[in-house]
Amino acid sequence: MSRGLNHKGGYKQAHWVLLLYGLYLALPIYWLLRLALQSNQATLSGGADWTLANFAEIFSNPVWYEGFANSLSYVAINTVISVSVALPAAYAFSRYRFLGDKHLFFWLLSNRMAPPAVFLLPFFQLYSAVGLFDTPLAVALAHCLFTVPLSVWILEGFMSAVPKSLDEMARIDGHSLPYFFFRIFLPTIRGGIGVTVFFCFMFSWVELLLARTLTGSETKPIVVVMTRTVSASGIDWGVLAAAGVLTILPGIAVVWFVRRHLVKGFALGRVS
Amino acid sequence: MNEPLNNRAWLGVLPVLLIVAFSAVIPLMTVVNYSVQDIFDVNTRLFVGLDWYRETLRDPRFLDALLRQLTFSGIVLAIELPLGVLVARSIPRDGRWVGLILVLLAVPLLIPWNVVGTIWQLFARPDIGLLGQLVNELGVPFNYTASPAHAWVTLVMMDVWHWTSLVALLAFSGLTAIPSACYQAAVMDGANTWQVFRHVELPRLKAVLVIAVLLRLMDSFMIYTEPFVLTGGGPGNSTTFLSQYLTSMAVGQFDLGPAAAFSVLYFLVVLLLCWLFYTSVIANRGNEP
Repeated sequence: MSRGLNHKGGYKQAHWVLLLYGLYLALPIYWLLRLALQSNQATLSGGADWTLANFAEIFSNPVWYEGFANSLSYVAINTVISVSVALPAAYAFSRYRFLGDKHLFFWLLSNRMAPPAVFLLPFFQLYSAVGLFDTPLAVALAHCLFTVPLSVWILEGFMSAVPKSLDEMARIDGHSLPYFFFRIFLPTIRGGIGVTVFFCFMFSWVELLLARTLTGSETKPIVVVMTRTVSASGIDWGVLAAAGVLTILPGIAVVWFVRRHLVKGFALGRVS
Repeated sequence: MNEPLNNRAWLGVLPVLLIVAFSAVIPLMTVVNYSVQDIFDVNTRLFVGLDWYRETLRDPRFLDALLRQLTFSGIVLAIELPLGVLVARSIPRDGRWVGLILVLLAVPLLIPWNVVGTIWQLFARPDIGLLGQLVNELGVPFNYTASPAHAWVTLVMMDVWHWTSLVALLAFSGLTAIPSACYQAAVMDGANTWQVFRHVELPRLKAVLVIAVLLRLMDSFMIYTEPFVLTGGGPGNSTTFLSQYLTSMAVGQFDLGPAAAFSVLYFLVVLLLCWLFYTSVIANRGNEP
């Protein structure tokens, strides 16, 4: 049973900490839900009448639902690119030594330290110059700056936890490297791949600054649609709250799928 | 790792290098290039050397934003780190609730940053927000759009709400890696909860806590979206942090040269802080037996 907390009322105290912290996490979300489920008039006058009109507005207005589609499309492209380029690189880092490998690894990670605002200026010009401005691919590539180094880092951790004897046994059995990699190795680290998807999603779905800079009227993501609504005359708090509720759902879905690998993932695969 | 060098492995790394070169190296070189020129239009440029850097370092608004940024990062780290570890220690190691607790903890991390701002706006506004209404009911006039102090309190509460889970999940994954034999030995020696934490858990959490501090340091230094939505940098400039000032320079005013010099300095400050922290931790590790 729960090691370390099994004496001197540790249990009771732990329950209280979790309860209070859970309350702190839940209250703002409860309030968001509540505002999403009542009309703007009711919110402003302090009454309460339950309605789904705010959600109906979002599902019937193309600006809103296209915003969702745009966001999901660049998040998906980003995740696919990040995971597919990070897999061979992470395998190389975890299984081979090569010239400059350690320097390269740390240089990759240092990109994660760059504030997105620093890249605002050149990104806009670079992507305009190559004709990618206002496409989902532009945002996906821009987010790769942060998701690719992170993916390599996480996958390297998971791969290094797999004993090398697995590689050697496959070689002795006469399997080629591609066969081994795709049919034996990838299924072994599928938890790690799930966690990597989680982290890519966690960055690309939540980011606003780069997504706003690299999209125009064609591909406006949901996060931008939301901030534009705020600046328009008279804020409809109900619709804003309903959009907020809907943006939380994909995150919950993703975290639910990887829940069993989450702890291992946060230790970058190094927890046995 | 004591294998011979195998430079064919570079082939595996090549796609990553190409992507990062496109999305990091070219833009960074562009920024450095701009930072030493005065740009009037595409064809009229003047090499100005380090003038923009000198100007930025003397700009009181840059220095104020930097000071605010350091204060903000210091405050949120000082709260989130101990709180995250406390929460992590309170999560049961096994049982049916663990999965659910972890999923709930992870939820704030997956909410778009502007929505986090919106959630706290809705929560803290004195007219329609639960927190704002409650505090005002208690007789304390609370309005984060009018008082800088209230804006700061709201921002810090929001950041703690948003990011403590990251520290908690990292710390929890570190805790689950501690073998139960270590705890049994401590209990046999009659250690109390604090001693168990200090001598059994803390030393073994060091690696994940270093990662937690580095991530929180970097990310709190980049904060843009949440204050942009919640306070818009106000009241006045009281919550204008580095990213917000830089964005207003780069997008609003098209001052390419100064904005580029600002960008380079900004990146260097983040690198320097992370390097200082990392080397001090490594140095400490050398002193321990």
